[in-house]
Amino acid sequence: MTLALETSPLSTYLDYLRAGKLAYQFDPVRQSAVFYPRVAAPGHGGNLEWRISQGLGTVYATTVVHTRNQQPHNVALIDCDEGFRLMSTVKGIPPESVRIGMRVRFETEDIVDDDPRPVFVPEENAQ
Amino acid sequence: MNPGLKRGSAAIVGVAESDLGAVAEGMSIFDLMAQGVRRALDDCGLRLDQVDGVFCAASQSRMSALALCEYLGIDPAHADSTFVGGASFELHVAHAMAAIDAGLCKVAVIAYGSTQRTIGRKHASAREFNPYETPFKPFLPASAYAMAASRHMHEFGTTREQMAQVAVAARQWALMNPAAWEKTPLSVSDVLNARPVSDPFTVRDCCLVTDGGGAIILASPEIAKTLKKAPVPVLGFGQSLTHANISSMPDLTRTGAIKSGAQAYAMAGLGCQDIDVVELYDAFTINTILFLEDLGFCPKGEGGRFVEGGRIAPGGSLPVNTNGGGLSYCHPGMYGLLILVEAVRQLRGECGERQVKDCETAIVHGNGGVLSAQSTVILGTMATI
Repeated sequence: MTLALETSPLSTYLDYLRAGKLAYQFDPVRQSAVFYPRVAAPGHGGNLEWRISQGLGTVYATTVVHTRNQQPHNVALIDCDEGFRLMSTVKGIPPESVRIGMRVRFETEDIVDDDPRPVFVPEENAQ
Repeated sequence: MNPGLKRGSAAIVGVAESDLGAVAEGMSIFDLMAQGVRRALDDCGLRLDQVDGVFCAASQSRMSALALCEYLGIDPAHADSTFVGGASFELHVAHAMAAIDAGLCKVAVIAYGSTQRTIGRKHASAREFNPYETPFKPFLPASAYAMAASRHMHEFGTTREQMAQVAVAARQWALMNPAAWEKTPLSVSDVLNARPVSDPFTVRDCCLVTDGGGAIILASPEIAKTLKKAPVPVLGFGQSLTHANISSMPDLTRTGAIKSGAQAYAMAGLGCQDIDVVELYDAFTINTILFLEDLGFCPKGEGGRFVEGGRIAPGGSLPVNTNGGGLSYCHPGMYGLLILVEAVRQLRGECGERQVKDCETAIVHGNGGVLSAQSTVILGTMATI
């Protein structure tokens, strides 16, 4: 009999994030990072291992979203040094100052009610 | 590589738009689909009771093929509501072609309808929650395409003015299309100074939000040659599904059109130099630039420079999006069916003021999701068979 998973990939990811860690998965067959977390490796369906990112990355793409009656905000795709990409936002500088190629560092955002978000700040501003 | 379809084994015999733009209060998407079907049947001279294959996709209905068949009062031998966003209808062409070739049906109708303008965009398409994207509040789909544009500008030096040229060319074509939503001229500075949406895009880099729909009818060559108008055989098809969410797109400046286009050209036995008219899914200005590159009309990275100087506008050397496109003609949530309609009309010589001279071949490129689903159809006149 196959044992049912006790924790979903999302819950594991969020638990790490609540502990201040940016988790991703690693595919030992292809020797490559995988993001978002899954129950099977993309392409061949094998097992995946959890790993913790050092939290350093580079802005791959960026946009400033303009919503009526709200402050504009940044949305970016970040390439982490371990070889995975995720959507996030770069904080600590004006949204239009975010540049492709900028080095950024992961921070967890203060949680009020919702799940935590992995956000990034320019590396020189990192706490 | 080759999807196993046979070049010219089915032809588009009837095409029609439904009402477009802002439709009458209370119209349903099935009212629009049925309008399209009825008009497309009139276009070719077939009757509803001869339709035995039904294909459709919609964001406003969970079981669109079922609902359409009920509305039309038919129980077809074959039905298919494959749904990969705005690229669905080019997939339907391939599926209809395969179904006809396999004897599953003889006369296939592909239909679409949307009332997103009348009922509001957020009611027309359920927002899906993605725990890895939604918390960052991207304005989708615009922000996804905007990030692709940010990469294109970064890697290749593409400028805002070049993107604006795409919108200006589309508007110039639209002014020659009586069915187009937009009726007034547009300049590069109008585009650049419009309301910002998701940088680098202003609202004029983004497709319209209109109602609309239509239908096309495919049949075997034997049936096609007995009908009212010259058949438009399907010469080539290709598809590529590279991702669903923009954070999983492998390379934001290289789309699945590279693969879908190569498949379609190989099946058609044609290259981009053989194409007379180009109908691309221009959800955003960057789409036209990306697809011109990925379908081989210019080298990767040269799309911005390629569209300068009115090259794709009326009177330019390459006619692109001759109906005015999703940017200026009509964009009813998913636009992939209407580019097939325009290509067929160009091949038949029915386009009046905007008619491309000596039009024998057309490439139609559908796009779905956030550059996610790419599908290419190559069509021709009977002279190409």
